[in-house]
Amino acid sequence: MNTRVMRACCRASFAGLLFAAWFPVHAATFPRPAANSTVDVAVAADFIDTLKALGTAYARADGGHLVISAASTGTLYTEIRDGAPYDVMLSADAATPRLLVKQGLAVAASRFTYARGRLVLWSRSPRRVDSKGRVLRTGKFRHLAIANPQFAPYGQAARAVLRNLGLWHSLHPRIVYGEDVGQTFQFAASGNAGLAFVALAQIRDPAFRVNGSYWIVPQKLYAPIEQQAVLLSRARNDAGALFFLKFLHSAQARAIIRRHGYGVD
Amino acid sequence: MNLSPVWLTLRLAAVSTSLLLVIGTPVAWWLARTRSLFKLPVESVVALPLVLPPTVLGFYLLVALAPTGFLGRAWHSIGGGLLAFSFTGLVIGSVLYSLPFVVQPLQTAFEAIGEHPLRVAAMLGAGPVDRFFTVALPLARRGLVTALTLGFAHTVGEFGVVLMIGGNIPGKTEVLSIAIYNHVEALEYGRARLLSAGLLVFSFMVLFIVHFSNRRLRAREP
Amino acid sequence: MSHIDARLTLRRGKFLLEAAFRTPAQGVTALFGPSGCGKSTLLHCIAGLEPAVRGRLSLADEVWQDSESAIFIPPHRRRVGYVFQDAGLLPHLSVRGNLGYGMRRAGRARQDTNFARTVEWAGIGPLLERRIEGLSGGERSRVAIASALLRDPVMLLMDEPLAALDAQSKADLLPYLERLHSDLSIPILYVSHAIDEVARLADHLVSLEPGRVVASGALHDMLTRLDLPLAHSDDASAILDAVVTGFDEQFQLVLLDFAGGHLSIAQQKLPLGTAVRVRVLARDVSLSLEHHRNTSILNIFPAQVLEITEDRPAQAIVRLDAGGSVLLARVTRRSVHSLQLVPGAVMYAQVKSVALLR
Repeated sequence: MNTRVMRACCRASFAGLLFAAWFPVHAATFPRPAANSTVDVAVAADFIDTLKALGTAYARADGGHLVISAASTGTLYTEIRDGAPYDVMLSADAATPRLLVKQGLAVAASRFTYARGRLVLWSRSPRRVDSKGRVLRTGKFRHLAIANPQFAPYGQAARAVLRNLGLWHSLHPRIVYGEDVGQTFQFAASGNAGLAFVALAQIRDPAFRVNGSYWIVPQKLYAPIEQQAVLLSRARNDAGALFFLKFLHSAQARAIIRRHGYGVD
Repeated sequence: MNLSPVWLTLRLAAVSTSLLLVIGTPVAWWLARTRSLFKLPVESVVALPLVLPPTVLGFYLLVALAPTGFLGRAWHSIGGGLLAFSFTGLVIGSVLYSLPFVVQPLQTAFEAIGEHPLRVAAMLGAGPVDRFFTVALPLARRGLVTALTLGFAHTVGEFGVVLMIGGNIPGKTEVLSIAIYNHVEALEYGRARLLSAGLLVFSFMVLFIVHFSNRRLRAREP
Repeated sequence: MSHIDARLTLRRGKFLLEAAFRTPAQGVTALFGPSGCGKSTLLHCIAGLEPAVRGRLSLADEVWQDSESAIFIPPHRRRVGYVFQDAGLLPHLSVRGNLGYGMRRAGRARQDTNFARTVEWAGIGPLLERRIEGLSGGERSRVAIASALLRDPVMLLMDEPLAALDAQSKADLLPYLERLHSDLSIPILYVSHAIDEVARLADHLVSLEPGRVVASGALHDMLTRLDLPLAHSDDASAILDAVVTGFDEQFQLVLLDFAGGHLSIAQQKLPLGTAVRVRVLARDVSLSLEHHRNTSILNIFPAQVLEITEDRPAQAIVRLDAGGSVLLARVTRRSVHSLQLVPGAVMYAQVKSVALLR
């Protein structure tokens, strides 16, 4: 477990180094983008609120504005492969950006971990979820919603947690699957599922008024949910896209991301 | 290859279509014959699923089926369990969503019969229910076949509502369209391709059989 | 004698039908009037097919509708046989299926002797397995009549059964309708706008104008009442009931006796004693003060003037009593003046032509 975390961290920093090395060269070749330039960003559903906050800050930093398309990572991948006109992809995993790079659809050196997702067990009822997540064992709930582990990173993390707790088999009949972590959250927010494994960022969202109760799942119970960004090949020479990626590396951006409930390096 | 989505889908379509017939036929009959002020509002409500995105219906169902929602509460009070994420919930969703596909062809068929054959039957001593079964239904049989097919096929092809209220539980609520979507999301294109091709062939065959039998019915028509 | 009693009101949009009449519950009563006067609607009301109709309706001592006591017998329980204008049949059934449909609901076994008799009567034996779509107009009508009869009705309603037929089919079907009249013991209400049909088939007449009943009564009276429009139409006529008394072989004439005298008409030989109905058009009757011998007119008999009404600018209608039979004559106003026609005057009626109805 720990070695995997370590390796992931190393890889992330390595990517950051690569980008740092690669970026100035290009930045020097291109003039600063015009103030009204736009960057088309494809973003995984869980990160959309954070990205909006980032977009506001980015615009204020004179970087132009973001055109945001949100969907599940799998959908975004399919769209990009089919030639969708995005400049930057903010994935909810590391595998998809890696695949895009491998297929020549993204710039290898630009790939880096912009956020690490934090998994929480959440209920909209106050006091249902205790600070140790014991509710999973005492079992006073009918349905537990998780994102579909076939493809959703948060779903894979949730499955890992349940396996590590030895609960996967006993809880299996009660699990319902959201297409992504957004729908998973919706299942629980509507009261149809008593419990859900969702992203910390979702319940930190200031627009969401119901607090309920939650347990921040300890990092040791699941592999880090590395959310990676990548510059897409078609925007290889797009000054706006390059500036946005640079902004994502900035301390200001990282502070915003952290505030929304993600881990950052 | 896991075939449970296929059986589940067929079962859902069969159950929903049967219910749709039971519910949709009287509604269509009433709509075809009433001069009530409520005709237009009811017609519009029935047609809503045609224009609304499935997500709207899905959203309302998600709220209504919840233990605190009115359908969820009513269902609970008669001893039912949680509706969302259950086969019953999917049936409710499918019935609502496919209702216009059953009601509209039936209504058109009933309207096409006109008053006359029913009057003839009344004069031969047939009461209202008798007339309905021995005159209206046989004369509307092409509309009936169309309604059955559309209802069935539309339920098979339904995605949005099931996606929102199903919780895609394998074997319980993971129907074919959802399974295909999941395979695509998981980049398992091979499986997606196989299931999609299967659905395509199936749909084609259903439509073909319907058109074929419709043509034969038409040939025998007065 | 029992009666059909109707006092019915129906409002449909701007159209208001207020029909009150009473007619004997036997024989054929014609509902007669111009197109669009509400005849068919009235028939629908009597059958119970217009749920919005108010009022009272009874056949003999059976009350079918009484709004005041909230009685409304639904159409399928009124046990009427209905022959629709287009000879409405159930299009998804065969001829046999149509015949059986009403029969089974009347609680009859599928094919009893009555079935066989009716099928034979209507001459539809060869059609039994045919589909409705393949029938000719006349065949349809006969199937529709048979199907209405097999339903075991207490009354037969017929809505212009001849209107949709071509001349040949009409001529073919008329004998069936006449036989209905003589063979059936139940009353028949017969809607028509053709006075020749009515004169031929009806015993009683309910005369309608748009939205209302003008008058009703025995056919003979109704045709000759000068206060009614019938006696003023081009086809104004009188009906005489007569009996065959002989046949003139030499000149091929049938000899008839009626209440006011004798008639001889050019007609094929008929059995002695046959009761016949003849129609005499008002325009075929002329009046004379003397009994002319030297004339081509065969039928001349004395008649007394009952009533005179000026008709069109130049004409008048004269109502005559010929030994108890009533006749109409259309003459010019000038003749009324020159012959000094007044009620009570005795004249000779010269009848140019007589139509044998049946």
